[in-house]
Amino acid sequence: MSIRFFALAALAGALVAGPASAAQTLLNVSYDPTRELYVEFNQAFARHWQAQGNEAVAIQQSHGGSGKQARSVIDGLRADVVTLALAGDIDELHRIGKLIPENWQERLPDASTPYTSSIVFLVRKGNPKGIEDWDDLIEPGVEVITPNPKTSGGARWNLLAAWAYAEKKYGGEAQARDFVEKLYRNVPVLDTGARGSTITFVNNKIGDVLLAWENEAFLALKEEGGDALEIVAPSLSILAEPPVTVVDANVDRKGTRKVAEAYLEYLYSDEGQRLAAKHFYRPRNPEIAKEFSEQFSDIELVTIDGYFNGWKEAQPRFFNDGGIFDQIYQAH
Amino acid sequence: MSRRTFPVIPGFGLTLGYTLVYLSLLVLIPLGALFIYATQLTWAEFWAIVTSARVLAALKLSFGTALLAALLNGAIGTLLAWALVRYTFSGRTIIEAMIDLPFALPTAVAGIALTALYAPTGPIGQFATALGFKIAYTPLGITLALTFVTLPFVVRTLQPVLADIPREVEEAAACLGAKPLQVFRYVLLPALLPAWLTGFALAFARGVGEYGSVIFIAGNMPMKTEILPLLIMVQLDQYNYAGATAIGVLMLVVSFILLLLINMLQRRIARA
Repeated sequence: MSIRFFALAALAGALVAGPASAAQTLLNVSYDPTRELYVEFNQAFARHWQAQGNEAVAIQQSHGGSGKQARSVIDGLRADVVTLALAGDIDELHRIGKLIPENWQERLPDASTPYTSSIVFLVRKGNPKGIEDWDDLIEPGVEVITPNPKTSGGARWNLLAAWAYAEKKYGGEAQARDFVEKLYRNVPVLDTGARGSTITFVNNKIGDVLLAWENEAFLALKEEGGDALEIVAPSLSILAEPPVTVVDANVDRKGTRKVAEAYLEYLYSDEGQRLAAKHFYRPRNPEIAKEFSEQFSDIELVTIDGYFNGWKEAQPRFFNDGGIFDQIYQAH
Repeated sequence: MSRRTFPVIPGFGLTLGYTLVYLSLLVLIPLGALFIYATQLTWAEFWAIVTSARVLAALKLSFGTALLAALLNGAIGTLLAWALVRYTFSGRTIIEAMIDLPFALPTAVAGIALTALYAPTGPIGQFATALGFKIAYTPLGITLALTFVTLPFVVRTLQPVLADIPREVEEAAACLGAKPLQVFRYVLLPALLPAWLTGFALAFARGVGEYGSVIFIAGNMPMKTEILPLLIMVQLDQYNYAGATAIGVLMLVVSFILLLLINMLQRRIARA
């Protein structure tokens, strides 16, 4: 008997034993900062699902950059549900992958976004550069840390928030372009993802202000080195909407549609909403939001659909090759 | 009469067949797929992508820093190999083991560690700041990261060759009146050069494609510190698979030409 035989036998055993051990498994493919939220939510849902008289369900989660995660699913990762950073990435599951219908975002309440976030400033303790609002970011001598919008979903929200502020305050597209150009002139490093930028700002101590997801900013405060930081809320920001959907092609093949749909619906339940708020996402349910009103500061928020006509228009206009972001760097 | 010769060792057909199958599965098919994917673009589209200002800037940066890192390792690696082969000293086995560490360490870990050290506020980077220049987030930082990950190549290719040169050869040269520099130039260098070129080429090729260790220290500023592999990632993040493969093909072709040149140089040296 050779080693190869044992290896084959073990592999065969794993294939047979795999599906039999847990009654049902779900794979939730998500983006980076939701890790802690879904660890807790998955346990809550598993309890709830069994309490309703269903057989046990095991939920696996996968995290990474939002665009990279969407590509993995398009390229064949068997996700039952995706919970990504922006609708634009999920749209590609329809456009390239043909895995979900075009109207996927209409299937759940609030444009399939059970929780939201925003873009805020993270500054050093005591706010030595006196940063209060977007105007302070374009001052000479202020270093701004934000990831590369080409590779980071979060960074796209950052740029759009700055754009909306400048366009509203200074009155036109030309002014907004000028403002954003000045802002990026103050950016010394463009990391590829939100976590990379957090490391650059918090651990390597580069820069005066980090543009961050509100939930990431709260997390950074809780972690090591967090007591040397504080959050500044700008007067206007963007409502960051990370949506969720069932991946139809995969749940139909695996026979998990019922539990996958229940999983996402449970995000809208009182428990799901409270867990989102506990992990610093803004809950959609106004009652629950009121319970956590002290946690979230009152910011005027523009929406991607209301202000930028949705990702289908914003993505090519700002971020694809030759878009506004590329033009900023060609002008230099 | 045919002058066909039969190799002394049997099994030529079997080994050649095995080699071809193995190479096809691991190298040729994936690379072929890359070229086929790139044919989705018309020639004009392909040309527009690979000659855009940003791609050309990244091309210069990627190949320039990889070349510089390979040259640096060519010099320092030769010294290291020399010290390790020719001298016995305490702690040599530990240094031997340390040389391979850059291979064992996940490249992202190396990248984050180097960035933390050489960032303008880092333990080493602050001295550079005091002197008025920056290491991390500049081409210098990229070269540094590449020098780190490609360190083992030159050392490991030179060591066995150096060990094979008998000391007596050098002594004989010295007895015949050669000065130390002449011994190096006419005795050691010709024997070492082919292996040195192999190590250099390996280090260079690895450096061109390196992503993980570079991406944290590069700073990724368009036109200034963007490496080619990052531009491939950028294309993928726009779901532009064809655009990504176009840049991939460009890298492959340039690398292949350079490696071919190094190989030809090596053959000429070996013949001489």
